Amino acid sequence: MEALLKKLTETFGPSGEEAAVRTLIEAEIKDSVDRIFTDNLGNLFALREGAGPAIMLSAHMDEIGVIITHIDEHGFMRLAPVGGMAPHLLIGQRLRFRDGRVATVYHEKLKSLRDLEWSKLYLDGGAAAAPPENPVAVGDLACFDQPFQRAGGRYLAKALDDRAGCALLIETARRLPRELPHTVCFVFSVQEEVGLRGATTAAYRLKPAYGLAVDVTRVGDTPKAPVMAVSLGQGPAIKIKDSSVICHPLVRRFMIDTAAELGIPYQLEVLERGGTDAGAIHLSREGVPSGVLSIPCRYIHTPSEMVDAGDMEHALTLLVKLCSKPWPAL
Amino acid sequence: MLLAELANLPGVSGGEKRVRQAIVEALAGCPVEMRTDNIGNLLVRKGPRRSPHVMLAAHMDEVGLMVVAIEKSGHLKFKPVGGIDSRVLAAKRVRVGAAAVPGVIGAKAVHLQKDDDRKKPYEIEDLFIDIGAAGKEEAEALVKIGDYATFDTAATPIGSGFWRGKAFDDRAGCAVLLQLLRDPELTGFSAVFTVQEEIGSRGAITASYALQPDRALIIETTAAADTPGTGEDFSSTVLGAGPALSVMDRSVIVDREMLTELIATAREAGLPFQFRRFTGGGTDAGAVALAGEGVKTAVVSTPCRYIHSPHSILKESDLQATAALVKAWLLRGER
Repeated sequence: MEALLKKLTETFGPSGEEAAVRTLIEAEIKDSVDRIFTDNLGNLFALREGAGPAIMLSAHMDEIGVIITHIDEHGFMRLAPVGGMAPHLLIGQRLRFRDGRVATVYHEKLKSLRDLEWSKLYLDGGAAAAPPENPVAVGDLACFDQPFQRAGGRYLAKALDDRAGCALLIETARRLPRELPHTVCFVFSVQEEVGLRGATTAAYRLKPAYGLAVDVTRVGDTPKAPVMAVSLGQGPAIKIKDSSVICHPLVRRFMIDTAAELGIPYQLEVLERGGTDAGAIHLSREGVPSGVLSIPCRYIHTPSEMVDAGDMEHALTLLVKLCSKPWPAL
Repeated sequence: MLLAELANLPGVSGGEKRVRQAIVEALAGCPVEMRTDNIGNLLVRKGPRRSPHVMLAAHMDEVGLMVVAIEKSGHLKFKPVGGIDSRVLAAKRVRVGAAAVPGVIGAKAVHLQKDDDRKKPYEIEDLFIDIGAAGKEEAEALVKIGDYATFDTAATPIGSGFWRGKAFDDRAGCAVLLQLLRDPELTGFSAVFTVQEEIGSRGAITASYALQPDRALIIETTAAADTPGTGEDFSSTVLGAGPALSVMDRSVIVDREMLTELIATAREAGLPFQFRRFTGGGTDAGAVALAGEGVKTAVVSTPCRYIHSPHSILKESDLQATAALVKAWLLRGER
């Protein structure tokens, strides 16, 4: 898992440019599934045929980033956020483009850091010219350039949101038994960070009987954090609700019962703000009973997101079991 | 001039009938199949369906006002329909309802304002439409609650090669789309003239669901800020530099394959183009891209100053270059 997570998190993949992540996942999962295909938006589907109706498991490939909006004659680039990026996190950061070129971010002269806003920031990629001499173009995307590292029992990396989910889906596919009570479709979705867009069209295409998103969630276990009853290291979280979905009680109960049966630790999650692919899946067509398995994560949407290795292992155990059991009828 | 004819028609979101009728008339004699759906979109097919199925789209609606109350005095209270800056409204001429009753947006005259009043801009609540009615009964004989009001502006050529008028957003797109549908060299694509874009791309949701295209190109009008006080890096687009290609906005991340094709098309054809250097705002592209199993989607826009106001300004050469780019892109797809 650790080696896979390193490869996944160090790959370039801001919303709309998930191709490198998709190529990597395809190579990692293809031997464990029966069918693999993509759609118009770039979602990757990896299917294991089973006896019963389909369960759609979804983890998003995209990460937050920035987009170039203008390049001046000196080569300085203006930028805008892609997904929930905060401008203050960017100052002094190294960013990376699709082709591997790097740049750093700084700001115009400010009276106070309180005046910091997107229009004051610029990217410097070391090119002292406007296009076409400058290889960057308006519309190019960049993401954080940070290595994956282990810190104690925890992983530190950019884009654990949601490559942690992608890693869990790949590992789950590798561990599934030969006979399955349901068809299991692993969806690696695009453009979650800009509004659950990939999951919207993926769920429409699959018409699944059940939906299960696997994504990171916030925690309340850091100094003076907003109160939230989820902590790192206490097991994966079974979502009750966030601002995009109220998880179906049957699915929720099924997840809780399965975790209890396995004797693994779990937490219940109520996320006051934020959403995930389940928000789109459960509203697809005539409605899809859906749930979410969340990986507790500190410092979400920063260059250094942190998850617990034990939480990841427990989440994997739970996911494998969930895909191997018949789901309750409505 | 097609743009002027279309822009002069009233067509506030939800009330696009006159625009739709004009487009249907303009397509008489063209080898196209047309139908209007339940919410008023006009769906057009030209020639046999090809693979990939390409859909072009432009929205018929414009921002405007709706009458929500008729006062004892005969004045009309209104609410904006779509994104309107209330500071541009006072003292503008409007036409109200199907009978196009003339009126003016009134506000307290400068003489009657207190010092404080002059320091703050008018809000919608401070404004009303005056149709010259002496009392509620007289007003009710002319207009009713729910009537739309549009800016009373006739499109006019100004300067050298510029046009001034209302509703260029997105009648400019409609004019381009009409021109392409009438072009004998082009066939094998679908076109939709959508309703209610300005209040959330509502028409595009159902139109793209009905057509289920593989690829969609949205033909829009976008804000230009090549005006005093705005540096080039924050102008978004400029007039005279050709159609603007979007890379991303609030509603969509433009499909990279289509964007690359559009750039290559412009370069091969020697057509000017620019990037839209702004990632806010939204268009029908957001709804179209998420229709059914998903649609590869891009946006090409004619730059236009002062959009969503009674008087916007665009350059005719930009409009022509937009049409030329979309045409070249369609022909390129056939190769």
